[in-house]
Amino acid sequence: MTIRIENLVVDLGSFHLRDINLTLEPGDFFALMGPTGAGKSVLLEALVGLVPITGGDIFIDDRKITNLPPEKRGISIVYQDYALFPHLTVLDNIRYGLRFHLHEKGAAPIDDLVGRLNLNPLLQRYPATLSGGEQQRVALARALAVSPDILLLDEPLSALDPNFRQDLRAHLKSLHQASGATFLMVTHDFSEALSLAQRAAVMNQGELEQVGGIEEIFCRPTSTMVADFVGMKNLFKVEFSGSMARVAGLEIKVGREAEGLQGYVAIRPEDLILSKEPLVSSVQNSFAGSVAAIRSHGFFYEIDFAVNSLIFTAVITNHAFFDLELAVDDGFFISFKATAVHLL
Amino acid sequence: MRKESFLWFALASSFIVLVFITVPLLRMLSAPSLASLWETICEPDVYRSIWLSLYTGISAALICFVFGTPLAYLLARSQFRGKKIVEAIVDLPIVIPHPVVGIALLGLVGKNFWLGRVMQELGIRIVGSPSGIIMVMTFVGLPFYLQAAKEGFASVSPRLEHVSRSLGASMFATFIGITFPLAWRSILSGIIMCCARAISEFGAVVIIAYHPMIAPVLMFERFQSFGLRYSQPVAVWLIVVCLLLFISLRLVGRSSKKINIGSRR
Repeated sequence: MTIRIENLVVDLGSFHLRDINLTLEPGDFFALMGPTGAGKSVLLEALVGLVPITGGDIFIDDRKITNLPPEKRGISIVYQDYALFPHLTVLDNIRYGLRFHLHEKGAAPIDDLVGRLNLNPLLQRYPATLSGGEQQRVALARALAVSPDILLLDEPLSALDPNFRQDLRAHLKSLHQASGATFLMVTHDFSEALSLAQRAAVMNQGELEQVGGIEEIFCRPTSTMVADFVGMKNLFKVEFSGSMARVAGLEIKVGREAEGLQGYVAIRPEDLILSKEPLVSSVQNSFAGSVAAIRSHGFFYEIDFAVNSLIFTAVITNHAFFDLELAVDDGFFISFKATAVHLL
Repeated sequence: MRKESFLWFALASSFIVLVFITVPLLRMLSAPSLASLWETICEPDVYRSIWLSLYTGISAALICFVFGTPLAYLLARSQFRGKKIVEAIVDLPIVIPHPVVGIALLGLVGKNFWLGRVMQELGIRIVGSPSGIIMVMTFVGLPFYLQAAKEGFASVSPRLEHVSRSLGASMFATFIGITFPLAWRSILSGIIMCCARAISEFGAVVIIAYHPMIAPVLMFERFQSFGLRYSQPVAVWLIVVCLLLFISLRLVGRSSKKINIGSRR
């Protein structure tokens, strides 16, 4: 199903969504990112039909759903706090929506969902007795049991322990492939967005700042707001082999086995060290390159540094800047510890 | 040191408050002999009045439940202009002196007002009838029910309703399947509060219906005509019957709570 949001306006008195235009292609996994209070959750609630829409339209394929009540839209939602019905067993939670969809096509195979999410041992339990990860799996099963056209996920992983998070991420991925529904996920976590979503948008103060492919958002932000927000200046697509990451003829030590990960590394600008001589050690990466650009920010300088075809961005203090006597096109060495490399 | 003396003060005043509440009740319960209790309950006037108190009180609570539940839900869920005024109106029966309630209602359904005359023409008797008693009891009990039910609804997360709607349930199906069962304990305690308040009403009822006599009116009459010793046994019976009623309602509520939460691991 294609979801088309056209010039959507929501006016909640103190908060507005302005001119939201967004198209989600069939089977998209779309990440919606942005700082707290940007309006991500309001956009989700407008899609479900829980906040009044002031202007614009929402279409699913060519069906206009702008004025339909929530129960007629075919959009399911999964909240960060799971929102399971506490007075119903796991099984009854999952089956809750089915009775309202009896006359529709294929709203039956909950066995498949239950198996896929390993919920069989939990079916007779009540939500209060489940761990966070278990509850979120139940919430996913409940939302998908009614075969929605679109599944909205409002920070589905952020309330979970890190070890559950990895597990649920894998579940989300397989559910997305199996269900064929369009997923729209609000998230704060960049590694989550990178590992799950194909496309993304960054939202700020009720408006969409940038919409595009997930890599594009991270690597080519079109506004300073997006650049600041995604924050990871040095993000490279790499090939992992053992504890090495290869990119553009460089071998970056990453300090641990990275097989099975998606294939991005990110290094914070303040973790990069510039020097005239190479700083060689077993835990240190050190590459030769040249200064490509220098930008002054008052208390610090931002240096773009070219190594082969890659551009690293480093942040150094004014003091270090004058010590090093940096100038554009000068040859220098750039170094960073293996532990400063984030694997995504 | 200061903190400790305050603690002693707090404990002492708590003790005084508890004694103040329990001692008169215990004294009253222990005053009549078993023989006189038995004799009293065998009197038709007594058991009829207690039965009348019970069924009018329960009827009033059920009326509050039927008509008050939707209002309580609206007050818990929606924000609208004038909500504060609606809430103040709903609380009025608590602050109005009880005889005033009786006089206000009598002014409406009595012979001096067209509504009362129309009802008389139609053969509906309010003054001096169980329906009049139920009307008064509903009036004074409503705020207690509404308050408890409103709190119950407010404690159910709107997100649960949102999820239910997104899964295909209409607003009504969501209310029946999710909101009501989750607020049920508060609703039940609202019913109990309302019922207790209704049964205890005297001042307003006595103006609308001296006869047939509810238990408090009978007690008052016996106290006036025969003295304390003759009204005490009636009071004991009324208290015992009410306690049994409320305890059994609580037990019903608790067993449904057990089902709700299930076994913890």
